[in-house]
Amino acid sequence: MRRIGFGLFGLWLALAAPPSLCAASSPEVEARTREIAAELRCVVCQSLSVADSPSDMARQMRELVREQVAQGKGRQEVLDYFASRYGEFVLLSPEKRGFNLLVWGLPFVGLVAGAFGVYAAARRWTRRASGEEPPPIDPAYTSRVRRELEERAQGRE
Amino acid sequence: MAWKKLLIPLAAVPVVLLLAYGFWTDPRSIPSPLVEKPAPDFRLTLLDGSAVSLRSYLGKPVVLNFWASWCYPACYEEAPHLEAAWRAYRDRGLAVLGVAIQDTEASAREFAQKFNFTFPNGLDPGSKISIDFGVYGVPETFFIDRQGRIAAKHVGALSPGALDGQIRGLLARP
Repeated sequence: MRRIGFGLFGLWLALAAPPSLCAASSPEVEARTREIAAELRCVVCQSLSVADSPSDMARQMRELVREQVAQGKGRQEVLDYFASRYGEFVLLSPEKRGFNLLVWGLPFVGLVAGAFGVYAAARRWTRRASGEEPPPIDPAYTSRVRRELEERAQGRE
Repeated sequence: MAWKKLLIPLAAVPVVLLLAYGFWTDPRSIPSPLVEKPAPDFRLTLLDGSAVSLRSYLGKPVVLNFWASWCYPACYEEAPHLEAAWRAYRDRGLAVLGVAIQDTEASAREFAQKFNFTFPNGLDPGSKISIDFGVYGVPETFFIDRQGRIAAKHVGALSPGALDGQIRGLLARP
């Protein structure tokens, strides 16, 4: 009987808990919060994200992210909010537009240029190895080799 | 053939230029995106228990200062100048508001008493106001014009001259 009583009490607790409270502490909200906080720079640290920093400021920023996520705001909305207050500096990865495109594009340009360089060098080496066209030899060298070989042959006799 | 030897040093030039630009830029002088934008409204519970909202100051130029009792020496250097400016310009309609960030009520009150603050000061629990204003550290000061727009932001302790110049600029704005 007592067990049933506890069971009913538990059921009552679960039903009585305000839905907003459930939403605010759901693992889904926590995961979204961490995900977004990892994209924000902790403004009082050196090279740490809001998700990783133990500072008070970062803790309070995480709280604000959690609040906005619980309100149903999307990732971009939350990031935009912080960028509108702190400037783009607060975003750990720069937005893909304007001058920033250089940061996103240059590595790939470098990769393609490097691949082309390797291809060109490899082509040159293989062509040399196959020896299709041996370079012309200075006649002075050939006559010198011939003369020395003759001298050797005479010396042996 | 000589130009090919120059290719590698030449390729380094843009990299060196980019690094030079990066190293000469002061990472702390990040321009606030809020300048020339309407100041975010907030409700501030003052140390005396009453409350004010920024909106209620519309029509008055406002000097909004973020400080902390643990911010030594910058906030300690600046505090007397703020009080002096408030006393000098209050008759001309200037409002000065102080927000203590990441502070305890006892330490903030002690700080306000130490410098005989007579302008309204309050705490910012959860740093909500600070984050809304994009505050990086203390002290930081925002100069808000009569229309509620942020005219300027100052990072670090204000010298009496800089504070005076900013207030004159603020009073001259419509």
